[in-house]
Amino acid sequence: MQKKILKQFIEFGIARSIIVLFVIVLFILAILKDMQIAELISDSLARIGRNGILVLALLPGVRGGIGLNFGLPLGIICGLIGMLVGMEFDWTGLSGFVSALSIAGGLGVLAGWGYGVLLNKVKGQEMMVGTYVGFSIVSFMCLLWLLLPFSNPKLIWALGGKGLRVTISLADYYPKILDDFLSFSIFNVTIPFGSLLFFVLFCFFVSLFFRSRWGRAIAATGANAQFAKANGINPNQTRVWSAVLSTVLAAIGIVVYNQSFGFVQLYTAPLLMAFPIIACLLIGGAEVGRATITHVILGTVIFQTLLTIALPVTSAFIGGDISETARIIISNGIILYALAGVKGKTA
Amino acid sequence: MRLFPKKFSVRDLAVPLLFVLLCLVGVVYSGQPASFLINAIVERLGRNSFLVISLIIPIIAGIGLNFSIVLGAMAAQIALIFTIDWGFSGIGGLGFAFLLSVLPATVFGFLIGKLFNRAKGREMVTGLITGFFSNGIYQLIFLFGAGAVFPILNADSLLPRGVDENGVARFFGLRNTIDLSAVQYALDDLIALPRPQGIVIPYGTFLVIALACLFVWYFRKTKLGQEMKAMGHDQHVAEVAGINVNRNRIVATIISTVMAAWGQIIFLQNIGTINTYNSHEQVGMFAIAALLVSGASVSKASVWNALFGTFLFHTLFITSPLAGNQLFGEAQLGEYFRVFVAYGVIAVALALHAWKGKKN
Repeated sequence: MQKKILKQFIEFGIARSIIVLFVIVLFILAILKDMQIAELISDSLARIGRNGILVLALLPGVRGGIGLNFGLPLGIICGLIGMLVGMEFDWTGLSGFVSALSIAGGLGVLAGWGYGVLLNKVKGQEMMVGTYVGFSIVSFMCLLWLLLPFSNPKLIWALGGKGLRVTISLADYYPKILDDFLSFSIFNVTIPFGSLLFFVLFCFFVSLFFRSRWGRAIAATGANAQFAKANGINPNQTRVWSAVLSTVLAAIGIVVYNQSFGFVQLYTAPLLMAFPIIACLLIGGAEVGRATITHVILGTVIFQTLLTIALPVTSAFIGGDISETARIIISNGIILYALAGVKGKTA
Repeated sequence: MRLFPKKFSVRDLAVPLLFVLLCLVGVVYSGQPASFLINAIVERLGRNSFLVISLIIPIIAGIGLNFSIVLGAMAAQIALIFTIDWGFSGIGGLGFAFLLSVLPATVFGFLIGKLFNRAKGREMVTGLITGFFSNGIYQLIFLFGAGAVFPILNADSLLPRGVDENGVARFFGLRNTIDLSAVQYALDDLIALPRPQGIVIPYGTFLVIALACLFVWYFRKTKLGQEMKAMGHDQHVAEVAGINVNRNRIVATIISTVMAAWGQIIFLQNIGTINTYNSHEQVGMFAIAALLVSGASVSKASVWNALFGTFLFHTLFITSPLAGNQLFGEAQLGEYFRVFVAYGVIAVALALHAWKGKKN
């Protein structure tokens, strides 16, 4: 038993252990400083529900053999368009939210399909090509956000009557529609029940999917493309499916993110979004070629808790805001750690 | 030196031709007199060429586009920050910065080279993330360490951070901008020659760029250069032939990082200020985009690519906001356009390279 725990710990890796330790230390410091622990936990939970599906969106990519999907902004853009279309026509409340999800999902299928076909042409360089496809699409959309004929005054600049705003409030549409669904408080901790439920449901659906014939075909390609081919699976096709699934989940993920956040952020906001999300998955214990639902949940919980409590705790101890710097170091450090293939040696 | 490659293929020419066209549109619709444009382009050639040239040697060695030249730029800024803080100025001060930057740049280059050897086949994405990661470390050192962990002589360059328990004002962390007027134009104006038609030509900088070009050209002919060329062709064959591939890859990365540091010093002495936390961030992206628009690829690039690409890219860079303003009444549109072009050209080049690599 002890050996097993030790083995699990070593597999978890030194870098990840340090991060978990860091979270624990931050909590102890917060208690020592008499900070509002309940509030910190509430905020952490809100952020977990907000980011969960975006992290989950990486899973099909890793399972299907296209690696860490650095092209996540592609799906995010689909989600943003889905939201903006409904908002243009003043669709509010549940209907607005559902319409946003459906348009986002539909666009995600199309974009993901194209993206998957492209990734098939650039095997071995998916991560780099994905990164720059993401960067290109975000910067291209910067042009479109200015040019597209949106006319709802809540969305466009007050002056000039042209071009979408950088940040659009969801206050009149569906703010926290999931977060507030059946939410309750316990020991002063607010539980954003709807968002967490939505996240868990999606995790459940995805794990169910990977148990189906279809999902198994995708995972088989990811594990060994030659073997999959020998079993009558077309690896190119399953890779496209995993790209589609990843993009659709990212599109849905950003809609969930924004309803909780309360704002739609356009222009350069999605540019670097993929990196902290990827860091989440890796902190959970995933590797470039291997990821599970447990990694998704664990990673989201650890990293989002860290990000939430780092700011108030560190600014209570150090004058400046060191948490943004810590975020950059940790999220990119963990990606680098994974890319360089540093792994704990199994005993 | 061969001015043009032996064989032209449509693919090699498509990107530069498209860019020449875009630049022409930009120049025509910018609504600016030729003298303004020529001055701006000459200035930017001086400012940026050296950085772009720093990318060539890793390409020859088969490492690909070195996205981590950002670390070279950081080394340059570290050197300049201390040069200014210790009160050096003029060309002597700049020379001191050049020398000082070699130390951190060599260390960084060595570490990146080691890292690249661990991440063979994904050097580019690793380099990109290394840039982001080091940016965090750099912030930690200068935003929180400066004045607290290590001394900064000039108290004016530190940020006020409220008061401590005893009511004494605290200062630590460097301010967002550092004035470089002590060394501004020190290299650009080193050689005083006439200015034809009032065009400000940075003769000193151009001389240094010419030397860098000669160095790269000569380097290819040395034994080490030949070995790297063989590695670029086929790493495994090179290894079998007894070339110490891993060591040479580290050497190539060190040379590139040191050159990038010098390039950034040249860039900053022209600009005249350091944005302490931003000046280095975009260095990799713009240098790489500039190199690629000339038709260079992940595995093939020459000095001419670097110079021609810098010329094209910066022509577009200068004219696109102006043209955006003239054509659409919106300068912002042109600014977004040029960023899109930079990212787009890198995406296309990477995709084409991976595509071609797969076919072979």
